[in-house]
Amino acid sequence: MTTIVADGLVFASWLFLVSAGLTLIYGVLRILNIAHGSLYALGAYAGASLVIVYSQREAWPYGTFFLLPLAAVVVGAVTGPVMERGVLRWMYGRDQVLQLLVTFALFLILEDAVKLIWGVSPYYAFQPYTLLGEIHLADVVYPGYSMLLVGVAACAAVGLWLFTSRSRLGRLVVAVIHDPEMSTAMGVNLPRVYVLTFSLGASLAALGGAFTAPMISVVPGIAVEVIVVAFAVVVIGGLGSLEGAVAGALLIGLVRSAAVHLFPALELFAIYLVMAAVLLVRPHGLFARPEARRI
Amino acid sequence: MNGLGRALPAVLLLVFAVLGSVLPGWLVFVLTLALAKGLVVLAVVVLMRAGLVSFGHGLFFAGAAYAAGFATRAWEVKEALLLILLGVAVAVALGAVFGLLAARYREIFFAMLSLAFSMVLYGVLIKAYTLTGGSDGLRIPVPTILGVVPQLEQARLAIYYVALAAVAVAVALIRRYSAAPLGYLMQAVRDNEVRVGYLGASVNRAIYLTYVLSAALGGLGGVLVALNVGHIDPNLAYWTTSGEFVFIALLGGTEGVLAPLAGAIVYELFKSYAFKYAPYAWQMMMGGIMLAIILFLPGGLWAPIERALRRTR
Repeated sequence: MTTIVADGLVFASWLFLVSAGLTLIYGVLRILNIAHGSLYALGAYAGASLVIVYSQREAWPYGTFFLLPLAAVVVGAVTGPVMERGVLRWMYGRDQVLQLLVTFALFLILEDAVKLIWGVSPYYAFQPYTLLGEIHLADVVYPGYSMLLVGVAACAAVGLWLFTSRSRLGRLVVAVIHDPEMSTAMGVNLPRVYVLTFSLGASLAALGGAFTAPMISVVPGIAVEVIVVAFAVVVIGGLGSLEGAVAGALLIGLVRSAAVHLFPALELFAIYLVMAAVLLVRPHGLFARPEARRI
Repeated sequence: MNGLGRALPAVLLLVFAVLGSVLPGWLVFVLTLALAKGLVVLAVVVLMRAGLVSFGHGLFFAGAAYAAGFATRAWEVKEALLLILLGVAVAVALGAVFGLLAARYREIFFAMLSLAFSMVLYGVLIKAYTLTGGSDGLRIPVPTILGVVPQLEQARLAIYYVALAAVAVAVALIRRYSAAPLGYLMQAVRDNEVRVGYLGASVNRAIYLTYVLSAALGGLGGVLVALNVGHIDPNLAYWTTSGEFVFIALLGGTEGVLAPLAGAIVYELFKSYAFKYAPYAWQMMMGGIMLAIILFLPGGLWAPIERALRRTR
């Protein structure tokens, strides 16, 4: 039982990190970003490279933990303005289908960009993982790094909540989510909110990637896997809702971990079963307000 | 539509029939692949006209291909036409079941739900190793066509003509559909679904029927690809495969029945060259082209041709 809950929490933390940015970007920009997985991959590669370079220098070993978020921020700060100002801004107000396809094009471009920058051989950045050792939780032994992941996800969730509810910029973002036209009329600099939101969302994806990097071998193709899972999470939670992303991540995380331990055959489908079940009952997800139909 | 526009499909059919016997074998192979994928793209386009983007046509594509694969292995069915019928039947069955759910959703939810369906099939194909060979996939032997056993070197050509015939049937079918009340209804759904509802038509039923039709076309393309390549693997159901179809739809354009097919041919030719000369950058080129088309040529590659055809009145 402890194992199921602990596994579920760890997986949920990972899910939240990879999907929070996606739902944030959708909430503000109304664009479902297929390239989100590529941003995750960029974060993973950037994090792994920094850790590998740093570890060769015999420096303070715990320094690697500061490199991972740094990599995420750098990725967000670079890709955010380039993608939002360079491409996406031409797509606002156009067909939702076209917006989806533009991000698919960006995904294809980034997919090869990663291969051209980092090559196709895997990167191993296990140093941070081994540093944390193991933790005894009631009757099970657990890798300490997994607990760090839970901590990071919790910090990200609380940070986002504080950002949207306490900070001035965050409130502007919320205002834009609720009514872009009225916000512009009240003097909100819409383009700036858009580019900042996109960069923040990209950083979150990269953060997920960077903190996953020490646990996996970073290879081409990790982007593709993430997108589908992240979609499932935000669709379950309700597109554009941060509470929804938390709820969706927890739901999927726990169900999947239960499936892994009790019905291993269902492991691959657990996510989609949850998604189909939720959509059957609530077609717009758990936390989304159904939109008014235009006649 | 003027005289030239009406005669165009027949002329093209003739040209392609001649091309088959003139072109070198590898090019015929690529063309067959393009025609088969063009059918799936057509399937995606039919839904797109109602404003629905399917990111999961890999479901029908792979479903039909695997149905054909199992039939050749388990029951030793070798007749291509039987395999095609079987594949399409399986795709229709899949469409009829999943359509019940999918027809209730619109926009992004439709796209994501269809993506999830195809990923479930992908998961099944990967997991059921003993049955499907897992990620290695299955080999499909050269089929017989109308009872004739083709020599290996002629088999490709034979499958090319089967694909061409299938395309001809599908084009005629979709033209009928577009001119039928259902086809018009779907365009109206795209423009304004609520009004269609108020006019007394069942939107969900129209979408459901179109979804099943689209599934059948997707399955047809899947069987043809399986017969042509002689090998199937779970990647046929992966969401990037479905994304490729949507991409081609955009590349060719979503008007008419010829645009998707033209898009598929351009795409396959471009892909085989790009993949040969830039294996690590071809996706990047594709993405760049896609961006350029969306930003500068919203109707796709076929749009200028369509305009030219309209002018020659």
